[in-house]
Amino acid sequence: MISVEDFAQDAEKWFAEHTPRDPGFMLPLTFMEVGTDQQFEFLRNWQRQVYEAGFLGAAWPSEYGGGGLTDAHQSAATKVMRAHNVPIMMNTIGLSWAGPLILDIGSEAHKKKYIKGILSADDIWCQGFSEPENGSDLGNAQLSAVRDGDDYILNGSKIWTTHGHYGKYMILLARTNPDAPNKYAGLSFILTPMNVPGVRTQKIRKLTGEHGFTQTFFEDARVPADGLMGAEGMGWKIAMQTLEYERGARGGQAGGYSITEPDPLEILNLARESGQIDDPVVQDDLIDFIIEAQSLNLNGQRAKIGALVRDNPAGLPLMDKLAKTEFAREINQYALTLQGTRSAYYVDEPNAVDGGWWHRSYLNAFSATIGGGTSQIQRNIIGEHVLGLPKSY
Amino acid sequence: MSFDPQALGRLGLTEEQVELMDVAENFCRDQTSIAAVRDMIVDKSGLDRAAHKELGQMGWFGIAIPEAYGGVGLSLAEAVPVAEQIGRRLMMVPFIPATVAAQAILTGGTPSQKETYLPQIVEHGCASVALLEPDGSFDLTAIEASAILGADGYKLSGTKTLVENLDSAKILVLSAKIKGAVRLFVMDTRLIAETAMRPEILIDETKRAYTLTLDNITLPESALMDESKAAAALQRIDLAANLLASAEQLGAAQACIDYTVDYLKTRKQFGKLIGSYQALKHTIVDAYVGYEKARSLLYAAAHSFEEQGKGEIATRMAAVGAGRALSFAADRSIQFHGGFGFTYDCDAQLYRRRAIFHDSLFGNTRWHKKKLAALLFN
Repeated sequence: MISVEDFAQDAEKWFAEHTPRDPGFMLPLTFMEVGTDQQFEFLRNWQRQVYEAGFLGAAWPSEYGGGGLTDAHQSAATKVMRAHNVPIMMNTIGLSWAGPLILDIGSEAHKKKYIKGILSADDIWCQGFSEPENGSDLGNAQLSAVRDGDDYILNGSKIWTTHGHYGKYMILLARTNPDAPNKYAGLSFILTPMNVPGVRTQKIRKLTGEHGFTQTFFEDARVPADGLMGAEGMGWKIAMQTLEYERGARGGQAGGYSITEPDPLEILNLARESGQIDDPVVQDDLIDFIIEAQSLNLNGQRAKIGALVRDNPAGLPLMDKLAKTEFAREINQYALTLQGTRSAYYVDEPNAVDGGWWHRSYLNAFSATIGGGTSQIQRNIIGEHVLGLPKSY
Repeated sequence: MSFDPQALGRLGLTEEQVELMDVAENFCRDQTSIAAVRDMIVDKSGLDRAAHKELGQMGWFGIAIPEAYGGVGLSLAEAVPVAEQIGRRLMMVPFIPATVAAQAILTGGTPSQKETYLPQIVEHGCASVALLEPDGSFDLTAIEASAILGADGYKLSGTKTLVENLDSAKILVLSAKIKGAVRLFVMDTRLIAETAMRPEILIDETKRAYTLTLDNITLPESALMDESKAAAALQRIDLAANLLASAEQLGAAQACIDYTVDYLKTRKQFGKLIGSYQALKHTIVDAYVGYEKARSLLYAAAHSFEEQGKGEIATRMAAVGAGRALSFAADRSIQFHGGFGFTYDCDAQLYRRRAIFHDSLFGNTRWHKKKLAALLFN
């Protein structure tokens, strides 16, 4: 097996040569922001190139299409990707949620069928957890799955389906037993094809004016029951397991990254370029952002040092999403105040600062403070699971 | 652009830090209690003599003093977990003044001053610093006190304030101007007349400090510290004090959050535990998140403390984080205890007062941010 060092060197060489620069249109910073076919095709091609070069899924088993190397190899390649600030890997639901789950608990047939297409981005995956009436209260999902022979018949609706209209498969949280003793026990986790009769997607227009999500409707949609993961009634547990892959709390992700984190340097550059870096009032604000950025960076380092987290081992991991997403929202919001009259402009306006990038980033930042459990839900989770406070509902 | 996250230090921990964390956590928890601290509030000297003696026996006053002077030979990074646990229990021992005085002597003392005073500090932790003055400035170089060399030595004049635990200190490091230049002296406190000391009424009743009138004090020439190192020693005092004060404040913040959470878990109103109300739950979570972020800044500051440039930036960031964390946690703790929070019997006031005291000694948030602006943007 190639050594990690050599592999990292190969990656360094490959990304130095192949990282695309300025495609001529604005690239999404997160997988949730893919809004146009142009962006989608660009990123899908990019992921395929990275996979074919061997730097995505390097640690996944080679018999299913992976690289057959180790997590250390993939981490080294991902690190190089970050250093080169390469475009994101867009098939995130497959790479970070469905893929690791299938490799963990899927059947041999599942692995043969799904893994390679996830890595090559030939098969786009999406996630069907949230429902229009059940957003934060995920456990109350009502989409019904009724067993009929070798199939399930699906009825209901899912919302915030990222890449919904490109999706070939969905990881679906469905209610197989409406009479279960509690709401969680009635849920099942099903790998569902999207291109079957009765499944329809409808694009949702985001607050930015762009598209990026769909609502997905199921009307007597018949899907094979062999997509069931685990057993009926285990849906909630498996959904929580996929969240752990996604957070990186378990190994198993394909690698790469799907969200670029805000770099506080960018806002310093904005302040400098707009001639405000010497304004003490601005400096006062910037220092707060620098301290915040630094503390988040250090939180990540401290989380790995057992002696420094022993009083509350779950504290740092559980606050990570809250702290980082709120910071991203704040810093993008603040950037608008550095633009004077030009903060009146938006994307595509020639007078806009950085092509309206900050405005779009600010509005898109809410996808992370709302999606995946709102900041308010995160505070409940921290309050209950770290501080031991009573439940709020 | 000067900001580079990599340049601001990484986080690391030494085995000795972990060891001291364990020992200090157990010792401070077993040695004192909030009830004992409250009993001692009325004590004039405000010194937990038993704990103080044990600290000396365990060598904690010498953690960051080289073995050549009887110390343990570690660094201030190892003093951080100790200060944190002392702060957590509001333990009434002058660990910070003694450690800071020793650092001043180490950095700016003459060889004979180091040999004379450092072993004493290791053994008794009996030292303090007299640097601040009545005008309220945090700037350690903007002082009025002066020293004029005469036939019997340096005749001092001026006034020092916030001299912590002066009544029990045997050694004092003080600043005064000689011909307009700020210089440091190290002196035997037996040269101070009882009448020159006035106990101050502090916002934090678990601390003790004095106003010291210098006018009738004459120091031998040998009390003058190395003049060429005065600036370096002042900088050392500033940063060491802020590093340890940040640790003390975060220990207190942890205790304050625990205390508040306990109340939210037991107090019922409208038939429900008040911790289930999100107005309280979310705010205490914000306090907790602030505490954890500040603790990351603290241990990064400890780790990079000795690095030129980086150490100062990391320490001032930690001071901003710690000051805000304790102030916010304690302020909300008073509020969340409702009517009880408004009483003297509620511990929330102890923590809030502690935060105000620390904000008053070696710089508050605004002061540190101003310094950071100069370091990062100029």
